[in-house]
Amino acid sequence: MFKITSEVITGEEVREAVEGPDAGAVVLFFGTVRNNTDGRPVECLEYEAYPPMAEKKMAEIAQEISDKWGLDRVAMVHRVGKLEIGEVSVAVAVASPHRKDGFEACKYAMDRLKQIVPIWKREVWADGEAEWVKPDAVFFDAPKPHKTASQID
Amino acid sequence: MNVTVKYFAVCHEMLDRSEEEMELPDGATIKTILERLEEEWPEIAEFYEVMQMSVNWEYATEHTELAEGDEVALIPPVTGGNNV
Repeated sequence: MFKITSEVITGEEVREAVEGPDAGAVVLFFGTVRNNTDGRPVECLEYEAYPPMAEKKMAEIAQEISDKWGLDRVAMVHRVGKLEIGEVSVAVAVASPHRKDGFEACKYAMDRLKQIVPIWKREVWADGEAEWVKPDAVFFDAPKPHKTASQID
Repeated sequence: MNVTVKYFAVCHEMLDRSEEEMELPDGATIKTILERLEEEWPEIAEFYEVMQMSVNWEYATEHTELAEGDEVALIPPVTGGNNV
């Protein structure tokens, strides 16, 4: 299961998607909304995704895990929209015969998810400001578009 | 030819629209789209080095040639996670 959703993530659906009699371990990861970024208080987060491409890229990550560890039961779901502090933004489940591979594959899935899956996070600060997050910084003072003459009604 | 161009996150905000249809000349590439956007939003060039593009849900480069009906997207840096 590879899914972008606006619904609350409980984790049950990804766990159920990977369970099976040959599993000796199911590793489940939740990403949750933290109340601060580097000490600056966060009010809430807003996530936006490009759903069809995001789900395709999640499936590619699962294929990479199959190639590397031989594990074929991986599930990922990422929420979009406004999320409050403590809510689950992403859940990943990996089933494996033994826990070591499961832990490694689950970490790999999250690392890759953050690299190649088109999902964006906007931090809404407690002081009322908001900005889109990029990997090593945030877009401060992003430039405004210049309207061309033909666009001005 | 006609293609659909989608804008997300910071691009959506800057351009004040989430998608549009564009009519392009035959042989157009993603660069053709970027040049057209630059006329409207000159500072977009500053984002090019950190931004990626996709065609039909697959990452592409500015040299990727486009075809009728393609779905192109500007992909600003994804959520990332400097802390692991």
